[in-house]
Amino acid sequence: MTISDTLLRVRMLTVGFPNIHGPNEVVKSLDFDVARGGALGIVGESGSGKSMTSLAVMGLLPKGAKRTGSIEFDGTELTALPERAMRSVRGDRIAMIFQDPLSSLNPYYTVGTQIMEAYRSHRTGVTRRQARNVAIEAMERVHISDAARRVDHYPHQFSGGMRQRVMIAMTLSMEPELIIADEPTTALDVTVQAQILDLLAEIRADTGAGLILITHDLAVVSEVTDHIVVMRDGDLVEQGPAERIFTDPQEPYTRMLLDAVPRIDDEIGLLRTVSTEEGR
Amino acid sequence: MTFTPTELEVEGAAGGEAGRDGAPAAPPASGRRLARAFLRDRAAVACGVYILLIILMAVAAPLLVKISGYGPLEFDQDAVDPNLGGIPLGAAGGMGADHWFGVEPGNGRDLFARIVYGARVSMLIAISATLLTTFLGVVFGLIAGYFGGRVDMVISRVMEFLMAFPALIFMIAVLSALPAENRQFLLVLVISFFGWPYLARIVRGQTMSLKEREFVEAAKASGATSAQIIFKEILPNLASTIIVMTTLAVPGYVGTEAGLSFLGVGVVPPTPSWGQMIASSVPWYAVDPAYFLIPGAFLFLLVLSFTVLGDRIRRLLGEGMA
Amino acid sequence: MIPLRFVANRVLGMIIVLFLVCLFTFVIFFVLSPDPAVQICGKNCTPEAIDQIRANLGIDQPFWTQFGTFLAGLFAGRTYGTGPNAIDCAAPCLGYSFQSSQAVTDMIVQRLPVSATVAVGAAVLWLLAGVAGGLLSAVKEGRFADRFIAGLTLTGMSIPNYVLALSLQFLLVVTLGWLPFPQAVAFSDDPFQWFQNFLMPWIVLAIGMAAVYTRLTRANVIETLQENYVRTARAKGLSPGLVWRRHALRPALTPIVTIFGMDFAGLLGGALITETVFGLNGIGKMAADSITKNDQPVIMGVTLLAAFLVVIGNMVVDLLYTAIDPRVRVGSSA
Repeated sequence: MTISDTLLRVRMLTVGFPNIHGPNEVVKSLDFDVARGGALGIVGESGSGKSMTSLAVMGLLPKGAKRTGSIEFDGTELTALPERAMRSVRGDRIAMIFQDPLSSLNPYYTVGTQIMEAYRSHRTGVTRRQARNVAIEAMERVHISDAARRVDHYPHQFSGGMRQRVMIAMTLSMEPELIIADEPTTALDVTVQAQILDLLAEIRADTGAGLILITHDLAVVSEVTDHIVVMRDGDLVEQGPAERIFTDPQEPYTRMLLDAVPRIDDEIGLLRTVSTEEGR
Repeated sequence: MTFTPTELEVEGAAGGEAGRDGAPAAPPASGRRLARAFLRDRAAVACGVYILLIILMAVAAPLLVKISGYGPLEFDQDAVDPNLGGIPLGAAGGMGADHWFGVEPGNGRDLFARIVYGARVSMLIAISATLLTTFLGVVFGLIAGYFGGRVDMVISRVMEFLMAFPALIFMIAVLSALPAENRQFLLVLVISFFGWPYLARIVRGQTMSLKEREFVEAAKASGATSAQIIFKEILPNLASTIIVMTTLAVPGYVGTEAGLSFLGVGVVPPTPSWGQMIASSVPWYAVDPAYFLIPGAFLFLLVLSFTVLGDRIRRLLGEGMA
Repeated sequence: MIPLRFVANRVLGMIIVLFLVCLFTFVIFFVLSPDPAVQICGKNCTPEAIDQIRANLGIDQPFWTQFGTFLAGLFAGRTYGTGPNAIDCAAPCLGYSFQSSQAVTDMIVQRLPVSATVAVGAAVLWLLAGVAGGLLSAVKEGRFADRFIAGLTLTGMSIPNYVLALSLQFLLVVTLGWLPFPQAVAFSDDPFQWFQNFLMPWIVLAIGMAAVYTRLTRANVIETLQENYVRTARAKGLSPGLVWRRHALRPALTPIVTIFGMDFAGLLGGALITETVFGLNGIGKMAADSITKNDQPVIMGVTLLAAFLVVIGNMVVDLLYTAIDPRVRVGSSA
């Protein structure tokens, strides 16, 4: 893999919350790459440091966190960027989707306003009308019907799955090069989960954006990602192509995670992957 | 503002949002650990010591007055200057070896004795009102929260109605209409009458969520009666909430009593109370500032101590719950 | 935008509460308290004179008749006495002061400007100080400024306002001579003097509330900053200013706006003490004076006014809340 093919290159990433008892590291010397247009799955149980990894890439770690190592995005070293420059990357070039769409959307503003505000703050000289059209278009792209009307609705007027579509529309409006989705389906009903995963796969195919999918559920990554990183207690357990991880896991921990995946779900997942391939 | 219960309500609401409302946790694991944490907190200890001193002072009032030499109702015309309209002789309101805190202008009553006896009245009223409010609040809150349905509706409506009242004005109205006998007793009744809904509302909310918890379900399934469930399962879990609300209620009631007495509908002269002493100092404040500063300082420090203490206890128990 | 049925329900509830407040107050004053006729009649009184006064006041009637007349007086006015001596009391009639024989309604209206000045000034002060203090505290959480403000708020909450009033007056007026003894100077006469005269009453009335609002603002802001949607806003690459203004402040300050309405409506209680201590001739001082003189119609009038303000305040807050919090809005869902 040459540099130009690599969208995101993470080396020796360590995140800690130092206190009097020590460095208290939650992510330890992590290495991984995301190829341009590639999809990486980061899998681990809660507390494995996977969410902190994504926040570290975004530069959104909570107060008191210490980040070391290198995060190179499209040839730019993000850890060296001043906050102002990082802000223009955030949302515009790297966008993020969070776990709980209800609490991740501000209840006081219409979804349209929330989709528009990122667009308007990153693009200068955009009129309200233009931004609104972008928002409606983005909502249509995530298959929210009647988008022109629903753009003026508030988050509480949407169902869980629809809210997550709004979150995805929010990232889409910016045409980012990398989308980080942190447990995007965990808070949703099982039937809705599949729809959202399909949507993510579809968008990746349409826009060519890279994707990092963070989840505790191997069945979820199996559907959308081509490369998998398995994490445990902040350490990297194993990484490799998705197919290999599934067919030939090297580590007992990965095998354990695999065994936890219901067989039938796996098969449906495989079938679905095939069908989206065909749909291309 | 110290004497309207709205402040308590705000405190309660804010505390609730901080996490006490939704998940009332088991009683704090280790009382000793809490006590140790408390003793390490210098401000809390200072406040506790001040409150204890005042209580001790109130209890030992007759003894203290015997030592100081003047009773609370004794006039001492030698301590004031009749030519200057009765201003106390000597500096700082007549303070000295004879009268430790000086004397009241005009009639020369000993301020130390009046402060000591005033503490009696103030503490007695505030603590009685707190006990009565807590009792009413817990009982009605438990009943409304546990039984729900129509009982809850009636109690909730009454609470809403009482809380919609401008409490201070109504207390004044009621007290000014009532005869002046047994004022201290009436004060306790009136303060509690308007005060209980603020605790009851929180107890009701917590009872409602506790009722749904597994251990209550388990007790119910094993055939426990309502009374057993309420006293054995629910009440112990409300303990920390009740302790916090009670400590925060006391300063409110100390202030309320003083405010009502200040307005002339509280404790009736010649019985001393701190609020009433400050009220009678108003005409003199320019020439004899010590007369309002002394009871003012005692009152302020007492309210402050209770407020700080309540705050710290809430924080400690809050941490214990987590 | 606000559904009509919701408003209708609120208004109905308000009318019921006000009715109960009237009844409650009426019971207190006309059943529990001593016979006002004896008090009015004075020392050289004959039983006939007392009967005459009773008839004039209408208190010889049974309770419910009296209450009915009282309510009617509120809405349509009433007439005291009969024949040539009859006195018309226009609606809203709250009766006549035993002391000055003035109509209570007129007394209230006359004193309204002073009370309104004290109340509005104090409200502006406490809202500004509370929100500013709370924001500063939240931004500097755990640092010196935060702890300093926490100390101030505890002091502000604990100092009885009459103690503060006397201390300020002693310090600023008597000792230092920086401010005049407060008098009700009209703004139109001399804005500067108006400000000087009302400054102390504003501070005294505002301090407790300012302290409570500081703590509330601090707690709300700190809590809101931990919300997921604030993280979303940051992840969108919004500037910190925009994140604060749009995503932290609005949710954090909304509850404060609503509580503010109720606290403002309930200000009359605090005004009682503030106006009395500073000798400002407003509604509060009038009420305090009438307590010492046992002037029941005046106390009752002020009590009803206070209840009315609180009930109205409650309703305004409810309606306001539906307007500013989209989640409470009903019927606009798809």
